[in-house]
Amino acid sequence: MAKEMLKGNNAIAEAAVRAGLEAYFGYPITPQTELLEYLSKRLVELNRVFLQAESEVAAINMVYGAACAGARVMTSSSSPGISLMQEGLSYIAGSELPVVIVDIMRGGPGLGNILPSQGDYFQVTRSAGHGDFHPIVLAPSSVQEAIDFTILAFELAEKYRHMVLLAADGQIGQMMEPAELPPMRPLMEKRPDWALTGAGDRPPNIISSIFLVAEEMENYNKMIQNKLKVIRANEQRWDEIYTEDIDLLVVGYGTAGRIALTAVEEAREEGMKVGLLRPQTLYPFPDDRISELADYVDSVLVVEMNAGQMLDDVRLAVGGQVPVSFFGRMGGVVPMPDEIYNAIKEAYTKTTAHKAA
Amino acid sequence: MIESFLFSGFGGQGVMFAGQLLAYAGMDTGLETTWIPSYGPEMRGGTAHCFVVLSDKPIGSPLVRNPKTALVFNNPSFEKYDPLIKTGGLLIVNSSMIVQSSNRTDITTLNIPATSLADELGSLRVANLIMLGAMLAANHIIRPEDLKQALADHIPAHHTDMLGMNYAAVDLGMEHAVQVLAR
Amino acid sequence: MESTTSIIPPEGMQLVYERPKALVDVHTHYCPGCTHGVAHRLLAEAIDELGVREKTILVAPVGCSVFAYAYFNTDGCEAAHGRAPAMATGIKRIDPSRVVVTYQGDGDLAAIGTAEIIHAAARGECITTLFINNAIYGMTGGQMAPTTLLGQKTKSSPMGRDAKIAGLPIRMSEVLATLPGSAYIVRRSLHDVNNIRKAKKAIVTALKAQINGLGFSMVELLSSCPTNWGIPADKALEWVEENMVPYYPLGDYKVIEAVKSL
Repeated sequence: MAKEMLKGNNAIAEAAVRAGLEAYFGYPITPQTELLEYLSKRLVELNRVFLQAESEVAAINMVYGAACAGARVMTSSSSPGISLMQEGLSYIAGSELPVVIVDIMRGGPGLGNILPSQGDYFQVTRSAGHGDFHPIVLAPSSVQEAIDFTILAFELAEKYRHMVLLAADGQIGQMMEPAELPPMRPLMEKRPDWALTGAGDRPPNIISSIFLVAEEMENYNKMIQNKLKVIRANEQRWDEIYTEDIDLLVVGYGTAGRIALTAVEEAREEGMKVGLLRPQTLYPFPDDRISELADYVDSVLVVEMNAGQMLDDVRLAVGGQVPVSFFGRMGGVVPMPDEIYNAIKEAYTKTTAHKAA
Repeated sequence: MIESFLFSGFGGQGVMFAGQLLAYAGMDTGLETTWIPSYGPEMRGGTAHCFVVLSDKPIGSPLVRNPKTALVFNNPSFEKYDPLIKTGGLLIVNSSMIVQSSNRTDITTLNIPATSLADELGSLRVANLIMLGAMLAANHIIRPEDLKQALADHIPAHHTDMLGMNYAAVDLGMEHAVQVLAR
Repeated sequence: MESTTSIIPPEGMQLVYERPKALVDVHTHYCPGCTHGVAHRLLAEAIDELGVREKTILVAPVGCSVFAYAYFNTDGCEAAHGRAPAMATGIKRIDPSRVVVTYQGDGDLAAIGTAEIIHAAARGECITTLFINNAIYGMTGGQMAPTTLLGQKTKSSPMGRDAKIAGLPIRMSEVLATLPGSAYIVRRSLHDVNNIRKAKKAIVTALKAQINGLGFSMVELLSSCPTNWGIPADKALEWVEENMVPYYPLGDYKVIEAVKSL
């Protein structure tokens, strides 16, 4: 298929349709509303399920219900709405259900604003709800990746019976780029064995996140942890460029990652030995590769649109081998390439001075 | 090669569509392209701007602090972006709406009375295309025929009857800019 | 799970009473004198009568009936507190041919889940809700519910519910009956045999309304909670009749024409 100019939000919506999305439940919130608007037309035309819920709380619980019924289902929202969905996310984690959630992140905390941000990193990777679990988190940095990762999100959700969060920011939701959509996939043909379809002749299926006996709850937790271990081993994804023979490694994801690319290229034109690693999965974090690179770079610079959240993951991966510095803008401010360039230059100068000494 | 463009004006002046049109034409001619809007709570009448980047290699940042080319449609946009244009760059001013003119000597400025010309042509709504046409006279990255093709391909269905006038607006903008440049 | 064992009556005798097929043969965790067991049985009988056990999906709430799904021989799930109508909506929209029932208490439906129940009713969601109103929070140990009566002592209204502090008890059937999407909204009581029979009939009608795609249906059941009310089991039913029925009048609050002709 040929490339089209696509807006991020619309592209995610259409990609979900083509991934075989059967049902969507959501609530309007800027800057993701186009996604909901697009599906309100498209899904109804296709005779699939679209419902605008009374709140994000209701939306995620409708998603929970539809997932129990065995449907390929998703919702989308933006930061404050994801906060409201946390209850449902925890129950979904406690019931091992495959769902896809899109978070088009905006500036916070509080009502904040509607501008692009990466302030939900901790929320989506660490604290998506009470209890011990992590969603799989995919972080696209272009409209094409937003499409590809939407498809991947459904694949991973079903492969692992696990929730997958697509964490983009308002810039990716709002921008247009040429991108290619995949062909339409068929809807799921058969409901999974565990789905609630009415018991018929079989013993009843029960989906519940309640385990009153501590050991049973622990066993469930162990199962989730074992699954996460497999996910960590198999699903780390990243993109890297100019990472051979460098002194400074820049790490950034999503919008911050692509802006960092422009800054890295400028720095390289000036002769600085700098490269970029762009995590595509925030959970599992690509710490194996970062750890490898930390063996031979002299320092690492983390760039984010927050106060330094992925920074913790990078530090864990680097494990104190080399210094890790940080540049971030907050509250919906998108850094310009020159700001990141300056941060690169500063980190690079320090590194080379240290080396010379 | 990397070219950056800013379109800025009041909501309703068609700045977003003009930017998209350039992006479409860029994509259709095989360039890497990004289009990114400002977005805010105002639906109508607020200031709106968008950035377009065209390049022959993958584009990192879609945002640009110092655009090479700026098309400004109202006073606040002029005041904000006139100082920011890259040295050697191009500024297209809708002089029907903007009373000031640029004092910069390190950029090319084209004052185009786009709104008045659009009025003469028969619709105030094509001022955005007159501005875009004027830009094509000074920046040759996109050929006029490619822009017109993009117009034909992407004009909203309920405006297809306006296509002829849209073409005329692009031509008029170009012609006017050629005259201004010749002076 | 053990399913119903069939009983063969001695020769010359007729079998007149048995466990409904829609109920699992297990001991429930409910207290003596609690009417949850009666409500469960009525719902199960109604499911059996309509022959829909095989396609019924029960959404259990948070509250004393949190394990309701384990007592019914149907597919089932356990919602977050108050969200059963949203979860039921998700299930029903995926396969409208299923019979989807939420079973909710007063804290679940009339406090934390008010938005979900009102909007499910407003949308005319074709689900059926059994609303157990016993004027108290049972599972957490006897705190004030939105339906706790004025002057009623609970662990969080120890001097008796005071309208100046806690406002007045909410009448959900009356509220939901005002919504155009509701098809069948009635209040019944479980305090005596006569009323139990009427409740059963209402549950059958509510399920029929759903099966016929007529809209949202709810049966509110005035119920007892002797443990948390702090009174003997046999007095609890009297308490329902004497104190609850006057404030929560029994009756039909909404029966659309199409339901009347069922």
